[in-house]
Amino acid sequence: MKKQLTFVLNGKKISVEAEADTLLLDLLRETLGLTGTKRGCGEGECGACTVLVNGETVNSCIYPAWKAEHSELLTVEGLGDRENPHPLQEAFLEQGAVQCGFCTPGMLVSAYGLLQKTPTPGTEEIKSALAGNLCRCTGYKKIIAAVKAASLKISQP
Amino acid sequence: MYRAYYRPKSVAEALALLQEGGGRARVLAGGTDLMLQLKKGELSCDAVVDISGVKDLRYIREEGGRLYIGALSTHTDLAESALLEKEAPLLAAAARSVGSLQIRNVGTVGGNVVNAQPAADTAVPLMALKAVATIVSPAGVRQVFLDDLYRPEGGVKLDPTCELLTEFSFVSPRAAGAGAAFGRVARRRALALPVFNTAVLLVPGAGRAFLTEARIVMGPVARLPLRARQGERVLLEQGAGEEIFLQAAAAASLEAAPRDSVFRGSARYRKKLARVIVYRTLLQAWENACSRVD
Ligand SMILES: Cc1cc2nc3c(=O)[nH]c(=O)nc-3n(C[C@H](O)[C@H](O)[C@H](O)COP(=O)(O)OP(=O)(O)OC[C@H]3O[C@@H](n4cnc5c(N)ncnc54)[C@H](O)[C@@H]3O)c2cc1C
Ligand code: FES
Ligand code: FES
Repeated sequence: MKKQLTFVLNGKKISVEAEADTLLLDLLRETLGLTGTKRGCGEGECGACTVLVNGETVNSCIYPAWKAEHSELLTVEGLGDRENPHPLQEAFLEQGAVQCGFCTPGMLVSAYGLLQKTPTPGTEEIKSALAGNLCRCTGYKKIIAAVKAASLKISQP
Repeated sequence: MYRAYYRPKSVAEALALLQEGGGRARVLAGGTDLMLQLKKGELSCDAVVDISGVKDLRYIREEGGRLYIGALSTHTDLAESALLEKEAPLLAAAARSVGSLQIRNVGTVGGNVVNAQPAADTAVPLMALKAVATIVSPAGVRQVFLDDLYRPEGGVKLDPTCELLTEFSFVSPRAAGAGAAFGRVARRRALALPVFNTAVLLVPGAGRAFLTEARIVMGPVARLPLRARQGERVLLEQGAGEEIFLQAAAAASLEAAPRDSVFRGSARYRKKLARVIVYRTLLQAWENACSRVD
């Protein structure tokens, strides 16, 4: 069973065909070519596949694509790009919060989700919001510092 | 994995779709358990009936001293509910301990119970709170105490290929003047399944000289969330107090029958852990009961 799914992706309304059992992660990466979102564990454990659905972080590797129909989706590509990076992306670079970079898209999306709700989070709030994002390079201190720096950039530019 | 995906808007529509599936269609709420089970081939179905769009199954409300929680409420809903924090904070705490934010945003309290893990973090406190589940099937609506929902050999007496769990309800421990608490130990402070968890409910009698009700539930120490009936008996016969709590916790740990586990630790260690954590949780529950302004 196939269906034409419509949703808002990174601010643009789009329509795309998907099989009933397509995972949101595969729809994004394979069908739509948005490879910023990563597949790590494929089991909800690592957060590399994190995207926002209606403002809430979800693991797209265990999220059916059809569940996302008519939702607003945000992937790391929606945050910013090389020319216009989001303050979070700038801060991650400036603070050295990126090592191999595999966890970074998920970290950025989780951090973005947090800042939307809590513009100036404390360390514990950041840790709790990022607890579902694992960094195998273990650069957590710099990641937390980067989220703090970005929150300051945004709240007092 | 499956051929069809439906998103019904009402309970009636969901039941009709399940019936059409003839046992090969299955309810999906958040999918945080089910998608993995389908991916790994532990379960199979031809059609998924995603009930997350069903209106009116996502709420937390209070009426006449009773709390009502829609089965589609997410762990995040429970964790952030001011009402729950006031009336039954142990359940909000339990929801906060589940997985990660990504999992809590999607996983539901109904799915947590129906998936029937013996240490399901919200099922353990719901059982301690004497929660009643409302189940809708083609034959009609029934209400079942969580105590009676579990099969002794594990699993629940509910068939997600033809029935829906719609609601949990229980007496607010605050309204009842009771003390309740949740305790949990895991290998990490986040994103780790419990090595041991427990929830207790203490209902004091007149002058707090005795207890009219005492419930201790523990997981994962059996095939289902386990009532520690001997531990409860100690409390009912002797009342509350540090010495009595020590005895009750010791009795409870004798009832716990954990298995040796590479991930969760040896059975011997976890029996000891049960005694310590049940004791601490009883103390906390009693403190909650006593700190109330009557
Ligand atoms: C990485 C990770 C970490 C986790 N950590 C924890 C944890 O710390 N503690 C914990 O307790 N759990 C944990 N879980 C398990 C899971 O997230 C929870 O059990 C969750 O509450 C399941 O809810 P769901 O809505 O996603 O259920 P689903 O996956 O949608 O469904 C689970 C089962 O229940 C049935 N079902 C669901 N809703 C209903 C309904 N209303 N009526 C009838 N049948 C229904 C489905 O058919 C299925 O069999 C974790 C899972 C993952 C992937
Ligand atoms: S790839 Fe989705 S959580 Fe790891
Ligand atoms: S930077 Fe390598 S996994 Fe985080």
